[in-house]
Amino acid sequence: MLEVKNLHVEIDGKKILDGLNLTVRDGEVAAIMGPNGSGKSTLSYVIAGRSDYEVTEGEVLLDGENILEIEPEERAAKGIFLAFQYPVEIPGVATMTFLKASLNAQRKARGDADLSTPDFMRLVRAAAASLEVNPDMMKRPLNVGFSGGEKKRMEILQMALLEPRLGLLDETDSGLDIDALRIVANGVNALRAANRGFLVITHYQRLLDYIKPDVVHIMSKGRIIKTGTAELALELEKNGYRDYVADAA
Amino acid sequence: MAAITFMKTPAESKLGEQFDALRALQPALPSTTRRAEAFERFAAKGLPHRRLAAWHYTDLRGLLRDAFAPAASPGAEQLAAASAYLQALPAPQGVRLVLVDGCFQPTMSSLDKLPAGVAVASLLDVLAEGSSFATDLLAAENLGSGEAMLALNAAFMQGGVVLTLAEGVRVAEPIDLFSFATARSPVALTTRSLVEVGAGASVMINERHVSLGNLASQGNHALVFALDEGAAVDHVARLDGFPATALHVGTVLARLGAQTRFNSFTLMDTPGVTRRQSFLEFAGPHSNATFRGVTLLDAKSHGDTTLVVTHTAPHCESREYYKTILDGESTGVYQGKVVVAPGAQKTDGKMLSKAIFLADGASMYNKPELEIFADDVVCGHGATVGNLDEDQLFYLRARGIPLKEAQSLLLNAFAADAIEGVATDAIRDELTGSVEQWLRKRQS
Amino acid sequence: MAAVQETVDHVKSLDVTEYKYGFVSNIESEKSPKGLSEETVRFISAKKNEPAWLTEWRLDAYRRWLTMPSPDWSRVNHPPIDYQDLYYYSAPKSTPGPKSIDDVDPELLRVYEKLGIPLREQELLAGVQTSKVAVDAVFDSVSVATTFKTELAKFGVIFCSFSEAVHNHPELVKKYLGSVVPVTDNYFATLNSAVFSDGSFVYIPPGVRCPMELSTYFRINEPNTGQFERTLIVADKGAYVSYLEGCTAPKRDENQLHAAVVELVALEDAEIKYSTVQNWYPGDADGKGGIYNFVTKRGDCREDNAKISWTQVETGSAITWKYPSCILRGDNSRGEFYSIAISNGKQQVDSGTKMVHLGKNTTSRIISKGIAAGRSDNTYRGLVSAHRKATNARNFTNCDSLLIGEHCGAHTVPYIEAKTATAVFEHEATTSKISEDQLFYCRQRGLSGEEATALIVNGFVRDVLQQLPMEFAVEAQKLIAISLEGSVG
Repeated sequence: MLEVKNLHVEIDGKKILDGLNLTVRDGEVAAIMGPNGSGKSTLSYVIAGRSDYEVTEGEVLLDGENILEIEPEERAAKGIFLAFQYPVEIPGVATMTFLKASLNAQRKARGDADLSTPDFMRLVRAAAASLEVNPDMMKRPLNVGFSGGEKKRMEILQMALLEPRLGLLDETDSGLDIDALRIVANGVNALRAANRGFLVITHYQRLLDYIKPDVVHIMSKGRIIKTGTAELALELEKNGYRDYVADAA
Repeated sequence: MAAITFMKTPAESKLGEQFDALRALQPALPSTTRRAEAFERFAAKGLPHRRLAAWHYTDLRGLLRDAFAPAASPGAEQLAAASAYLQALPAPQGVRLVLVDGCFQPTMSSLDKLPAGVAVASLLDVLAEGSSFATDLLAAENLGSGEAMLALNAAFMQGGVVLTLAEGVRVAEPIDLFSFATARSPVALTTRSLVEVGAGASVMINERHVSLGNLASQGNHALVFALDEGAAVDHVARLDGFPATALHVGTVLARLGAQTRFNSFTLMDTPGVTRRQSFLEFAGPHSNATFRGVTLLDAKSHGDTTLVVTHTAPHCESREYYKTILDGESTGVYQGKVVVAPGAQKTDGKMLSKAIFLADGASMYNKPELEIFADDVVCGHGATVGNLDEDQLFYLRARGIPLKEAQSLLLNAFAADAIEGVATDAIRDELTGSVEQWLRKRQS
Repeated sequence: MAAVQETVDHVKSLDVTEYKYGFVSNIESEKSPKGLSEETVRFISAKKNEPAWLTEWRLDAYRRWLTMPSPDWSRVNHPPIDYQDLYYYSAPKSTPGPKSIDDVDPELLRVYEKLGIPLREQELLAGVQTSKVAVDAVFDSVSVATTFKTELAKFGVIFCSFSEAVHNHPELVKKYLGSVVPVTDNYFATLNSAVFSDGSFVYIPPGVRCPMELSTYFRINEPNTGQFERTLIVADKGAYVSYLEGCTAPKRDENQLHAAVVELVALEDAEIKYSTVQNWYPGDADGKGGIYNFVTKRGDCREDNAKISWTQVETGSAITWKYPSCILRGDNSRGEFYSIAISNGKQQVDSGTKMVHLGKNTTSRIISKGIAAGRSDNTYRGLVSAHRKATNARNFTNCDSLLIGEHCGAHTVPYIEAKTATAVFEHEATTSKISEDQLFYCRQRGLSGEEATALIVNGFVRDVLQQLPMEFAVEAQKLIAISLEGSVG
């Protein structure tokens, strides 16, 4: 479903991604691991369409279609969901309002009618319950004053509501204690489906104990330098990145 | 249409007569013409008054009833008094430059200690040369354009120093710039000094105004800074010994090139009317300017801090941080204005003024102003007036500390964080000492 | 805030420069002779059949006005106003004075219907509105209808046109007119005092909580006509009233002058809540046409424990110059000012408030949200002052500005004056643009740039929107999105 071909990306003239190739298949959970500064977060931003990055070469195909030329909201409507490493605070905008606006914007883009308020509420309540999110939180301004764990849970809740084709999880485990990590991981696992893929970006193997990947990629200096099974992640945890990174150099 | 003439106050009429007398003595220099132009600019509007937004809270037309005569050149007795004052101070670490009654005193200045790459000249000598440099110096009020007191300063300036730092010169020890008022009758002092800092050079200027005669004086002082790319300036201004009858207007003008740093601190703790005004322009990107100050007012003293920071270039950061303590029937004024010109994107400008009242007769006027013409900016200001925290006071008193001492403790802490930014340890300690002394005086 | 979706839909359905109230109605009118003179003042006074004292009051104002200079301290620029090139009085011929609704020209009723303000009570009642709102409709210089008068009268509430009040309640008018905004207060207030034509009058008797929202709807229709209305609201001891004001005008190429005066008097324990949605024609994208809105609004908390609250949503007018203020005279009195001021195109806004603390233990609160887009200038100008005897005065001020695009200006000019040691004033202000992070986050979830901007702006102004009565809040939210059209590049 997702094919990244020979992707070169710069920011302010500095090369971040350097000919990256990557495929995520239907139903697959792919993990990307790599040291800090290897370009993991850049990859997720470029796929989602953040404008500060300059793609100098390459393609990103979603179901065969190059999405690099389309706006972030169009990518979202096509099913790309980014769970942000640092979810953004939007003062004054109630979480519920935001969720409804997002869901209906995407439905409209796909030609579906707006969801009725009762239907919407049912969906939200169910998602909130499964992620152990206090319904009162939905009345608060989006992400404002949320704890790190609350923010991450809210990201997964949004993913559950928006039912994307591809879920990009950018360091979703960072800042989570062990209980929150389990809740978030269970949330993601519940969303695993034959017609959905995940790209899980993480620095630590820990998250992958809870979200079992089908495939693990190691990234360094803007490229995938090794691909393997879940075993690879365990190996990494034991030996550190150094061996692999040195190989690539 | 008939020309509009305003009713001159006695002080304004007198200033006119004084200027005519001064002009009659001046040789034909380019600067003489500039002085005349400056006086015209002043005379067109007269002394600033409360109907002008920038002087609303410090009505000079009302405060300056009489214009004192310009100070005469100091005699031996005056010079001796100034020397005695200096000798009582700890030996200076660095260069000391001395003005007495507006006149530069090379013999009292430690010119022999000037590091390589640092030059000092007398303002009057520079003006006498008639160079275009001198003309530029006089034109420096472009920064504080339309400022009446700056125009008056340009018209009347009696003396000052021109300090030049060559490219890359880093002066480690502070340069003291003393200005003494010693006269035995009420006088007006008008000085102007220029500090030109070459690319990559750095210096600390320790500006000190001292009144020795306990006599009324009207000071109008300007200090002009020009920072080339990569230069850094620390600046501290203080006043000492001024009586309640004194009037002090001190103006700082600073133009900052790219990647420069300007860090200024002002302690206002003397009676009388004091106005410290600063006009700073960011002419090049990636520069940083910080203004901090502590203002301690009691009895009927009047302390005015006015700042205009203009962001012309993008990517610059400005900070203003002022603490005011008001006792007696004093009046405090804080006017901060940050201007962001079109195109000055990524400007980061913040102001904070905090005031604490100790007595019911005092007044505080805050006017933190933003004028913004670029969108990608982060600007903000805060202003508070209030009292010492009752809970904190009670806590201290419950531990046996008397009220006034408890107040002093808290006030010291209140002032201290503004002083922390002063770079030189010795000067920072002196400033802390001055605050403590003011508080002790109040306690007794 | 389900209205967000509605708002963005609304934005989409409109042209970029659509001002939906810009239509001109063909209503035959009767005007005063053009220009300003003592004769004009007498003409207006005679038209209204006013008592001699009021004619003299007007003439006194006119003579004083002649000696006053036009104010120049605000950040607004406009060519000199030719006061001789204006009509100072224009009334629909068919309705020389307010009568019962059935006598009102059906054409006029249709105008108000088109504006979304049905004047027939039965229509109002039949509607889906959850609460009743009584309306005084002012068309050019006169009030054409006031609804629910009878029902309000049962509670002793007087709600009528100013002209009517002069005849039916002269003692109240005489007592309170000019008592908050003196004749010589400022250039535009003095002009208004000379030539004001109509407006609303409200009196709430002691202890009465006004049973419904009161509102006045102002419409300028005639070309070259200034509107100079005068509103006076008095809440007697322990009374409460919530009052709404709306304004629109047709699109015209020339600038039109609107110089209103609003006086509020709150006696002991009384509370007045005054809300405005100002949507005068703002001029086109090039700054042609639009209303010059020079308004003096002031409330007097005259006795102890009085409370006055101003809420304004300012989206219209080429120039807005207004500072709804509170004089906190009574002990423990409270003043509030909540404002959203949006400027786009070449609009100029210079607005804010004055909180003058005179009594003991007085409190005030200021929340101002300014949004500048296009080539507009948006200035907050405010004064908070505590006088010597205002012990324990408290103020909290928060004024935030948001810039959209790099050709607009946002300015903040607060004056904070404390003359009592027991005052505690807190003031904070920020200026920034909508963060790229916020925009990207919203777009990643599927919202378009324009939708995302509307959403974030609505969040930015939420604290103020919450102060508006429900129906107004929804209307205001739509207006905000419309006002910002074309500002997202």
